[in-house]
Amino acid sequence: MSGAPFVGVLALQGDVREHVEALETVGARSGAVRTLEEFRGCDAVVVPGGESTTMSRLALIDGWFEPLREARSAGMPMFGTCAGMIMLADQVLDARPDQETIGGLDVVVRRNAFGRQVDSFETDISVPVLGAEAFHAVFIRAPWVESVGSGVEVLAEISDGDRAGTIVAIRHGGLLATSFHPELTSDVRFHRYFVDMVRETV
Amino acid sequence: MNEQVGTDRVKRGMAEMLKGGVIMDVVDAEQAKIAEDAGAVAVMALERVPADIRAQGGVARMSDPEMIAGIMEAVSIPVMAKARIGHFGEAQVLQSIGVDYIDESEVLTPADYANHIAKSGFTVPFVCGATNLGEALRRITEGAAMIRSKGEAGTGDVSNAVTHMRKILGEIRRLRSMSEDELFVAAKELQAPYDLVVEVAREGKLPVVLFTAGGIATPADAAMMMQLGADGVFVGSGIFKSGDPKARAEAIVSATRHFDKPEMVAEASRGLGEAMVGINVADLPVHHRLEDRGW
Repeated sequence: MSGAPFVGVLALQGDVREHVEALETVGARSGAVRTLEEFRGCDAVVVPGGESTTMSRLALIDGWFEPLREARSAGMPMFGTCAGMIMLADQVLDARPDQETIGGLDVVVRRNAFGRQVDSFETDISVPVLGAEAFHAVFIRAPWVESVGSGVEVLAEISDGDRAGTIVAIRHGGLLATSFHPELTSDVRFHRYFVDMVRETV
Repeated sequence: MNEQVGTDRVKRGMAEMLKGGVIMDVVDAEQAKIAEDAGAVAVMALERVPADIRAQGGVARMSDPEMIAGIMEAVSIPVMAKARIGHFGEAQVLQSIGVDYIDESEVLTPADYANHIAKSGFTVPFVCGATNLGEALRRITEGAAMIRSKGEAGTGDVSNAVTHMRKILGEIRRLRSMSEDELFVAAKELQAPYDLVVEVAREGKLPVVLFTAGGIATPADAAMMMQLGADGVFVGSGIFKSGDPKARAEAIVSATRHFDKPEMVAEASRGLGEAMVGINVADLPVHHRLEDRGW
């Protein structure tokens, strides 16, 4: 493709600005996406961190599920962090029974699996696809991946402690998702990895 | 084992996740569900909304943990609760029951007229009110992970929220234009730590999320406050003291999200019924004004 891809950040609510800044740092064009018109100009989409219950309600109210699912089926790459991971998952545990998701990611995730805010934490994890250097991961009322389907690549697990082996980053075709918030640190390797995915597909 | 809880990053990060959202005061599980259904990003659990505290008088304290726990059980969005200014005992109780955020709030009767809670030592994050930049920076120094304009709670009069938001953001703009030597004097005048003043001057914003609160009662109020630069909105009495709380809650959420699209704010504002009755801040006797609590 010619020029930098445009990666929109779905702006129902959440930490939109941090994603936009990280995406621009790695050479993509980016901006908040609030309307379908803005969405039509996107080569890919990031579903940011936020509150998944709220995001799902607002997506329903504003009619986002249909266009997002159509774009995903047509191969648009999507990257979800925390609430965004929940939004991309096929199945969610410990959520409101009526919580809808965009889906596509063949995984079961458990909402707030690490606990409430007082249990939120940061830690170093190993992410082999990003290189040998550890990734500093920030988990806020975070979900984890309970189980994955056959086509899903596990990119990272919790390295040590009681929850060692818990899956916290995955890729399934054009969909990328993390339980934690790469956008809250200055380490942009996940965003670079995603933009490389986008460049391959566009 | 390298996991760390209660760091500045997870406390401030939690507030980042609430941006663009509306946090609603609720007094029971039923109201909490209405708020969640309407798209609230969090709820503030309390026994009396500010308008009732104003009307009924008396000492306003932390709510019954039983009632807060009931609300935590009823909804899946984050639950905040209020502690009195300086009342670290209430804050300890709220942390122990696992609330997601504590509001050290001027809406309750202060417990300490000299000191605020030393918030850094807690695992749970705190939000505090501010009327100007110096106050905001002092709260951040004490460990607040989120700031909200104070406004004048329980009035439905948005004018003080406007004054405080303009003041905070105006003072930040002023810092940006200062040279290094002027920042020393600015720190003295703001009564805030020099390093924090330099950081704000460099970044052009607070190091934490800035919400607005205190008198927001209509979708247009919310849209205006977002355009003035708020990251999100607290609505206290404005929803459940209005004629049709469900419709008003949805409308304020919509206007907060689409704040820069007047036609959508107009659509949200149609047929909402009675807004809360309201009190003009100018008619309040000075000693009944909550904005002066905290310093």
